[in-house]
Amino acid sequence: MAIEVHNVSKSFGTFTALDDVCIRVADGALTALLGPSGSGKSTLLRIIAGLESPDTGVVTIGGNDVTGVPARSRGVGFVFQHYAPFKHMTVAGNIGFGLSVRRRPRAEIQARVKELLALVRLEGLAGRYPSQLSGGQLQRMALARALAVQPEVLLLDEPFGALDAQVRSELREWLRRLHDEIHVTTIFVTHDQEEAMELARQIVVMNEGRIEQAGTPRELYESPRNEFVMTFIGPVNRLGDALMRPHDIQILAEAGPDTTEALVHRIVHLGFEVRVELTLPDGRQIWAQQTRESAQELELAEGQILAVRLPELREFAA
Amino acid sequence: MSSSASGAVASARAPLVPRSRAPSRAADERARRARRLGLRAIALGYLALLLVAPVAMIFYRTFAHGLAPVWHAVSAANAQHAFWLSLEVVAIAVPLNTVFGIGIALLLERGRFRGRALLGMLIDLPFAISPVVVGLALVLVYGKTGWFGNWLAANGIAVIFSVPGMVLATAVVSLPFVARETIPVLHELGTDSEQAAATLGASRWQTFMRITLPGIRWGVVYGVVLTTARALGEFGAVSIVSGRIEGQTQTLPLYVQDRFENFDITGAYAAAVVLALLALATLLAMNLLTRHTRPGEAVT
Amino acid sequence: MRRLSAGAWRARGGSALGRGLLGIYLSALVLLPVSAVLAKSTTGGASAFWREISNPEAVAAIKLTLVVSAIVVVTNAVFGTLIAWVLVRDEFPGKRIVNALIDLPFALPTIVAGVVLLALYGKGSPMGINVAFTRASIALALLFVTLPFVVRSVQPVLHELDVSMEEAAASLGAGPATILRRIVLPSLTPAIISGVALSFARAVGEFGSLVLITGNLPFKTEVGSVYVFGQIESDNLPGAAAVSIVLLLAALAVLAALSVLSRWRSGHVV
Repeated sequence: MAIEVHNVSKSFGTFTALDDVCIRVADGALTALLGPSGSGKSTLLRIIAGLESPDTGVVTIGGNDVTGVPARSRGVGFVFQHYAPFKHMTVAGNIGFGLSVRRRPRAEIQARVKELLALVRLEGLAGRYPSQLSGGQLQRMALARALAVQPEVLLLDEPFGALDAQVRSELREWLRRLHDEIHVTTIFVTHDQEEAMELARQIVVMNEGRIEQAGTPRELYESPRNEFVMTFIGPVNRLGDALMRPHDIQILAEAGPDTTEALVHRIVHLGFEVRVELTLPDGRQIWAQQTRESAQELELAEGQILAVRLPELREFAA
Repeated sequence: MSSSASGAVASARAPLVPRSRAPSRAADERARRARRLGLRAIALGYLALLLVAPVAMIFYRTFAHGLAPVWHAVSAANAQHAFWLSLEVVAIAVPLNTVFGIGIALLLERGRFRGRALLGMLIDLPFAISPVVVGLALVLVYGKTGWFGNWLAANGIAVIFSVPGMVLATAVVSLPFVARETIPVLHELGTDSEQAAATLGASRWQTFMRITLPGIRWGVVYGVVLTTARALGEFGAVSIVSGRIEGQTQTLPLYVQDRFENFDITGAYAAAVVLALLALATLLAMNLLTRHTRPGEAVT
Repeated sequence: MRRLSAGAWRARGGSALGRGLLGIYLSALVLLPVSAVLAKSTTGGASAFWREISNPEAVAAIKLTLVVSAIVVVTNAVFGTLIAWVLVRDEFPGKRIVNALIDLPFALPTIVAGVVLLALYGKGSPMGINVAFTRASIALALLFVTLPFVVRSVQPVLHELDVSMEEAAASLGAGPATILRRIVLPSLTPAIISGVALSFARAVGEFGSLVLITGNLPFKTEVGSVYVFGQIESDNLPGAAAVSIVLLLAALAVLAALSVLSRWRSGHVV
């Protein structure tokens, strides 16, 4: 089901959480809402879910206006940041909850729970209580619980925020495969640009309650519409008002017509990546990203003076 | 004493760390031990004299002449009536306060409206009012000359000097417990799981019955135990609104007073012991429940 | 932002019907009755109110209530803190039982408390002490019923209090008395005051535990609540209401001071 948000605004007291926001998510897409904390991304997700009502604007799901429809009638699966497990119920009880409140026959619930336990790889944990599960297991249980009622839309609020790095990347990969399998329209909120780029086909970058840019990860990286998007998505060097990506800075063995001199004042080895910190003749500092091989080829050393070719600089209107 | 005090200042004083400390560590340890034992003796002595000895004494005096006189005393018709009347009042007042206490807790913890602080003060008021004043207040509203007196009389409803008034008085004095015990648990529970239930299609009622109530159950039960103890023992307010009619509106605490003032010490002691046993049972319940709710922390 | 969102969710809690029923219940139980006392106390105007509360017997009763309550709460502050200290910092067999017994005065019906105290400290006391019908009996009964307040409010604070702070003070050469005065007591003071305020409110209104043990002798052992009771029995409802208002105001004043104090504290100490 496609989701559309038209001109939605929302304030909490004097704080403007969302300011005339419009987005469109295609049926079956996997979309990230990306932004720093306080950018309004969670509020937008909660408005789509019906957990929050907008001050103005319209939300449609599958072409139907759902703005005034309460959360429980929207057919939306929501995975909460801290999973919101029902602590007094078993894993099976949690997963079956949505069907049970719809008064489905017990046999149907049991069958569906079993199916979902397999889907999220929690077979054998049906009788456990949430307090006996790890963070990653809780996350998968919360997901299964949301999917049990076959929602038309799946919404995830910072789904990997509370997990450690290892589990996080495993779950990311798993979630993407799961989405390929079940093809439910999915929106997730994150403040981690790497996570958004790795997982989503479409990213909506938000800041201070507004949409800065929406597009594919590649579009956002290669043609950011403004400074915020450029700095938020990927590393940058700043020269005055101009910005450049560190990997666009070329380090050359020999000086050419369009090169400048630069002093290597520090080299940081990060495995495959080598970060070269440079001082330009006018004293300004930038850093360049090199591969391990090219750094070796150039025989880089601290204190060395080199030729660098700066890329075309990007400037954004203030 | 700033830590940047110069060396000159420091050396002008006695050494900062008394040199005499090290050699007398054993003496120090002895002093500490003596202090601790002294404090323990004072604390336990105080409790023994104020709490334990009097309660033990009444048990001793009650059973000093064996079980027979006690049995005889508690099986007296008026004692039996008082006991069952007490239970009847408790059986009405406690469920009422439980339902409304949970409602108040939900309103105070989940609601956002003007006058919330005022509501909080209002429900705590019974803790600040003397039971006698509660009794008086109820007489002034529901008594013969009270605000609703004429209307109640015209409709043939008896409140004061009958069971409804006693239930009312008991409900007032034990009103705050359930709400006060439930609010922190409700706060702890948070709203996430309720919202999750809503997104899964649960109605408000389903969410309350299946998510909220199970989440706060131990807090509620704890509040109910406290309410019951308070309700069972209420004396002042009930004393005023009941009229203390022997065999009719006399609860067990009123019966204790009546027997005592009529020099039936055995009867008074026997009924008092029944109430004391119920109090001890309450304590036991409270202690078992504390483990469920907030380990290590006590009630206030 | 999470907080704000949760707030918005809250606004939906509770149906109109539920709120209406709650309003009726609270009005019937608390709001109307308290208003009725207030109204009754002032039916004859300010002068009638003043006449009622300046009646010598009423003055004696109110004075006695306030003085004995003050003595009792000071005693509670000392012994309550001491008991809390022993229950938190000391280890001895049976500690759990002692800890559980602290709540006994809350669980025991007040009339039983009076009977119990008379059994040991009344006529025919095995200890040869007879406080019945004396002012000391008022203090004894009030000490019994208010015992848990200070203990239960100091206990958790003491439990949270970092022992390393005291150890640091000791390592800097502070003796036990200095540590107590400069380190421990300042941290406990708010909790002690809170317990004292609750004890005071309770003591001022206490009735059940006093009726048997004090004898209710006017000008000697008659406290405020007993005076109010007497006025109700002799059908002087305006007089009963006026003294009730004085007792209520005394209790509320102390509780209000407590809430101001705790707000002040939370503003100053992190």
